[in-house]
Amino acid sequence: MSARSVTATAARVLAQLRRDPRTIALVLLVPCLLLTLLKYLFDGQPETFNRIGVPLVGLFPLLQLFIVTSVTMLGERTSGTLERLMASPLGRLDLLVGYGAAFALLATLQATIVSTFALTVLGLDTSASALAVIALAVCNALLGMSLGLLASAFARTEFQAVQFMPAFILPQLLLCGLFVPRARMASALEILANALPATYAYDALDRLASDGGLGPRGTLDVGVVLAVTLLALVLGAATLRRTTA
Amino acid sequence: MTASTAIEVKNLRVRRGAREVLHGLSLSIAAGRVTGLLGPSGSGKTTLLRSIVGVQVVESGSVRVLGEPAGAPAVRGRVGYMTQARGLYDDLSTRENVSYFARILDAPAGRVGETLAAVQLEPLADQVVRTLSGGEQARASLATALVGHPAVLVLDEPTVGLDPQLRRHLWDTFHELAGAGAALLISSHVMDEAGYCDELLLMREGGILARGTPDELREAAHTPDLSEAFLRLTEQADQPQGSAA
Repeated sequence: MSARSVTATAARVLAQLRRDPRTIALVLLVPCLLLTLLKYLFDGQPETFNRIGVPLVGLFPLLQLFIVTSVTMLGERTSGTLERLMASPLGRLDLLVGYGAAFALLATLQATIVSTFALTVLGLDTSASALAVIALAVCNALLGMSLGLLASAFARTEFQAVQFMPAFILPQLLLCGLFVPRARMASALEILANALPATYAYDALDRLASDGGLGPRGTLDVGVVLAVTLLALVLGAATLRRTTA
Repeated sequence: MTASTAIEVKNLRVRRGAREVLHGLSLSIAAGRVTGLLGPSGSGKTTLLRSIVGVQVVESGSVRVLGEPAGAPAVRGRVGYMTQARGLYDDLSTRENVSYFARILDAPAGRVGETLAAVQLEPLADQVVRTLSGGEQARASLATALVGHPAVLVLDEPTVGLDPQLRRHLWDTFHELAGAGAALLISSHVMDEAGYCDELLLMREGGILARGTPDELREAAHTPDLSEAFLRLTEQADQPQGSAA
């Protein structure tokens, strides 16, 4: 791996983001708006908002980075830039780590703004520290990124790439326990939920929100999230072939 | 392989899907010369170029560039590649695109400015690529291929869709690079560009139909017109053995 290529790639991706202020604004502001909506949706039951507030702040980056990454990587594959990069000395890992660094920065910014907004403006009542929520949000952003990278290999058009979100991510969010406790689901769904990475991302955030810390179980959950991230990244790297048919 | 041979292809077979695109093709390309790869669309030009830059899955045969197997890490930094799709980040400026490739190739700091000057894009260098004309985008793409000071330049239809004046200017640039010792392999399906080349390879249906200098091909076909020469050489090849004039 070359530090020069990694920083060059991260700087290039950030330059592309800077040229697209509308996307940045959407990534940063939409979660704030949705949280505001939820706060008043649960106006009569503030305990519900307090229960789901922290997990939501930590799960937004998973959702958004999945979409951003799958569309961006698809663009690299279809515009011919990926082919030129594969013909250049750039290592595949350099490309992925460069993307990861740039997107982690975006996720940090997003989680900082969203969690500050939720804790101060919306008065989210939690024992979790903002810093811990941000750290988990960044882990989840990296999970979303690596899943998005993998998904981009199976999309031929941007339309398809966008549709992968409701196909791959939405079911995970429905099943993770955020909306209905997993123990109250049909047992087949509970088993399925236990096989999906967003479940562990949710559990870690839920534990943080209720206990103020991760504890051994929460640490294990974060470990699962990081392991799945790494696995998806390795599989995604395998789909980024230097030679293609 | 002699010292002046930059590219050596032996018995190259490439299959794309069910179809064999290149049928055991052999050729060598000299350094210090502009070699034109001409042939109709679908004759396998792009597949051959992709094999030379090392991004094509090859069925059998060998491709060596500067004495190394095509696509080997040692040689990737010494080959400049311009794809037919321009292969630019169209949301970045030309300067940002060229700088990114310069950093991947570890080119010296002043090289970006020099390259922009060589393709006469300095005044437009900070404009976003998406807003450039087709000819300007072609020059921006060429700049990213040139910035690493490559010993081998592989250009896939670099002049397609450009006005005659710009085409002339680019061909002058190609000859300057060849004069400095680089090997240039340039594909085109426009026969009237053949006259600009030092050396010609005529491709047809996945094989090399004829090779030689423009004068040699004119002589072989008994016509001063290169387009006509290619038509006659194609007809000769189509005739059954023995009945050719």
